[in-house]
Formats: sequence, C-alpha cells, structure tokens
Amino acid sequence: MGTELGKYKLCVSARSADKEILKKAQDGGIVTTLFKYALEEGIIDGAIVSGPSDEPWRPRPFVATTVEELMTSRGTRYNLSPNVSFIKEATRSYGLDKIGIVGTPCQMQAVRKGQLYPVGLRDVPDKIALAIGIFCMENFPYQSIKQLVEDHAAMKLEAVKKMEIGKGKFWVYGERGQVVQLPLKVTHKYEQPGCHVCLDYVANLADVSTGSVGSPDGWSTVFVRTKNGDDIWSKAIAAGCFETKPIEQVKPGLELVSKLANEKITKNQKTVEERAKFGVNKALRNPYISPK
Amino acid sequence: MADKIKVGHVHMSGCTGCLVSLADNYGGLLTILDKYADLVYGLTLADVRHIPKMDVALVEGSVCIQDKTSVEEIKEAREKAAVVVAVGGCACYGNITRFGRGGQPNQPQHESYLPIGDLIKVDVYIPGCAPTPQLIRNVCVMAYLLLKGNKEQQALATKYLTPLMQLAERGTEACGCDLMYDIINQGLCMGCGSCAAACPVRAITHEYGKPNVNREMCIKCGACYAQCPRSFFNFDVMNEFEGIMELIDGALK
Repeated sequence: MGTELGKYKLCVSARSADKEILKKAQDGGIVTTLFKYALEEGIIDGAIVSGPSDEPWRPRPFVATTVEELMTSRGTRYNLSPNVSFIKEATRSYGLDKIGIVGTPCQMQAVRKGQLYPVGLRDVPDKIALAIGIFCMENFPYQSIKQLVEDHAAMKLEAVKKMEIGKGKFWVYGERGQVVQLPLKVTHKYEQPGCHVCLDYVANLADVSTGSVGSPDGWSTVFVRTKNGDDIWSKAIAAGCFETKPIEQVKPGLELVSKLANEKITKNQKTVEERAKFGVNKALRNPYISPK
Repeated sequence: MADKIKVGHVHMSGCTGCLVSLADNYGGLLTILDKYADLVYGLTLADVRHIPKMDVALVEGSVCIQDKTSVEEIKEAREKAAVVVAVGGCACYGNITRFGRGGQPNQPQHESYLPIGDLIKVDVYIPGCAPTPQLIRNVCVMAYLLLKGNKEQQALATKYLTPLMQLAERGTEACGCDLMYDIINQGLCMGCGSCAAACPVRAITHEYGKPNVNREMCIKCGACYAQCPRSFFNFDVMNEFEGIMELIDGALK
C-alpha cells in the first residue's frame, strides 16, 4: 500500500452509537454523527451538507445549523450536489465562523485549494473547522440517476428507498421491498465525464474521510488524516459517539480499499495521459500541469 | 530588519479596493511590514513621488492608454521592479473597466482601459474583485520566501507561485465563459460549486450540478476560473496544505 490512500494518522472500522442516525444512514452513519457531535460541542457552528430538494433523489446543498436539519441529510444520493457553492455564503448570510463541510474527494480538493489559493473566498480559509470527505469512485448527473432508475431498473424515483453501489453492482431498493441490481457495465456510460480525470478515491485532503469499502455491512471505514481531524475524532470517541473495530480485524479490510483506489487512479491516470494526444497534435487541457 | 524585501503599491485605474484588501489583513499586514517587507512606494501610504527600485510591485488597476502618466508609470514599474504582480481583476483582466467607454467628466476622452499585461510583461496574477486579503497575504509571504528564504523555502515558494505565474502567461482575457471554454467544454467539470462561491457578483448558479453563468452580470474578474480546482491543481502544493497553512499562520504571528 502506497500513496493511494493519502496521508492518515489512523484508520478504523466504525459505526455510529446513535440508533436514530443509523435508521437512515448509508452505512455506519459516520458523517452525520461526527457533525452532530461537532455541532453540539460548538466545534462547528453549522455544516454544509446535501439534503432533499423538490425533486426525488435530487440533492440540494444547504447549511444545517441544527441536529434536526442535519438528520434530513442522512444517506447517499449518488448525484451532483455542489456543496462548495455555499462555502462563502455560510460565512455571510448564515454567519458561521466555524464551518463543517462534507463532500466527495474533488470537493475536498476544492476546499483545500480555496484555503491555499482563496481567489474569491474572502475570509473563508480560516473558517473551515471540519472537512469530511467521502470515498468516491465516480458521480452521476441527476438525469443519469433518473435514467438508471426509471429506464434500466424500471422503478419510479419516488418509490426508491435506498441506492447503493457495492459488490460490483448498482443496487436500487424500493419502498415495497423490491430490489433491482444493475451491473456497473450499464452505469459506466452515465458517469459524469469530469470524474474520469480524478486521481483521488478516499478523499486524501479531508480532515476525516469515510466510506463503506473495507468494512462489513452497516459499518464504515474511517481515515483520520489531519491534526484537526484527529483532535475532533478522538474527542468524539471519548464521548462515546462511535463503536470501532481495528481495521486489521474486519473483512474485507484495507486491502480492498487499496485495490479499488489503485484501480481508480490507474484508470484515470491513463485517461489524463490519453487526453494529451486526444486530437491530431492537439491536446485536451491538463489541470494538473497548468491553467493555460 | 535589513533582510526585508522592498514592495511598492502602484495604483493604475482601480477603485483602491485591492489596497483596502491588503490592509484588511489587519495585524497580519503590520507583521508583514514589520518582518518581511518595506513599503517603498504607495500613493496613500508612502510619501514617495517617483517609482523607486523595488523587489515586488503590486499593481492595482488597469491602464488608461489615453492617460500619458499612467502609461509611463506602468512601464517604469516594470523597469524598476524585479517582480510585477497584477493585483486584482482590473490589473489582470480589465475587470469592470473593460466596460469603460469614456464620456465621463472631467476626462471624457479617457475611454480605453487595458489590463497591465497588454503593455508590460507580468510575472504573477492575483485575480478577483476584490482580491482576498488572504491570497494577497499568502503571495506576500511566498514572495519573501522566494527572495530571502533558504533553499527549501525557495523551492516551496516556487511551487506555490507557479500556477499564479502560469495564469499571467495565460493571457489578459477572463470571463465566466472560461468555465464553459476551459472547464466544461474540456470535459473537466465535476460540479463542486467553487465557481459559484467565488463569484463576487453572484452571476453563477448551478443547474443540476453544473455552473450556469449569467453573462450580463459577469464583470470579468477571473475569480471563478482561478478558483476552480480544474483550472489548476498542483498536487505538490495541495498535498502539503496542512504544513503550508501552518507556515503562513506562523509567519504572521
């Protein structure tokens, strides 16, 4: 295992101790529980999360300043939620001095770029109090999810209870108990193109990152990465917010996380390289080299 | 301190918002002036009439080409400064002055405003309207490390400043359209929301996760494109974010 998992201080398998959170959690309820703890302890004044909108399964980023609001954001929606778009507004009309934000690896990259190069983010860099990253292989536009669920899985979006990508398949669970699985071969073409140059699977730049891969059902793998993340995580553990198991003692364990991370990075690195000779002596732009 | 760098603020056609942004570092600015930089030129802050020799010229505003003094001064700034930094949207891209068409008293003939890069070579860009106190601060600290630091610090400063130098090489035109041309058209957008957060005039919304620019509202400051993690993303710097932020915080204590 090398750089594919990023820098981290510790890695565990964890599950929330809060039954109410677990009821609607995607896996171990890590994000909601950690934000809830941080909110109650005054470590953050609010968190930018994605909650329900006026269309079924279409997420809407919003600033949660209460536990009730936070609870509406539980679960994964597998389509785009521009959470970073609220990062300045959170400090303005919401008046937050200590912001929590959850996002995909690319959104964690956006947050760190925003702190190191705050071109249009006046007074934001010093106000990021807790950035939680979620593992991500790729994301989908809303219309892709609609097509996958309604055309391929032949279910109404309104009637879906949960979606999940795992064990090599895209799973759609209906409210009435029906389960449809689509092979990822079907979902691939609907992926957001911008994901194919992404070189980060486990949110290397977050304070704490988490995802289902590596841990048993109902549990999440957690990487604690920064000093700040370590500080908050250890306090939350001391407060009894989570049950944990050493990652070495769970199946499938860190090896699977590493394997998937390497698969993603290798595949996308290849895409980045192919872009350099996409046309006839004409390249597509490479953001990792230059903004030109 | 003898080891300080010499910095000047050169004021072209701008609203002084960039200078206010620099001042909005409050205590941090005092630390910068105390430890790292002597302000050797600045219309409102230093009693110096002519542009002196300096290490870094922070230029605010675009150049009115009908105003002889401005044209002479920007050329002189280039001659006298080792490093020219375009501070803010007007100096980098023209920004709101792109819309100037003259006809205003008491100099109605002043109608053509150019980003400084159209007249001189510019080394570093700090886009945005106004540029943020924190980015100006970061660049000041890095410029100091580049000119006065040890080998390791110089290497870090070079890595940090490289994309801002590449932005300067990229050209003098910016618009919300850049998000279309250089991000979405290039298959790079992943819908993070950075552009909308960065826009000072709220011209950018997200429709189903992708930016939608109201071009009538866009003032051409360049903030959205520069803020986008898919305009530039230098892993060698970003992966060290924790250490670099500590370093900058420490430098300003």
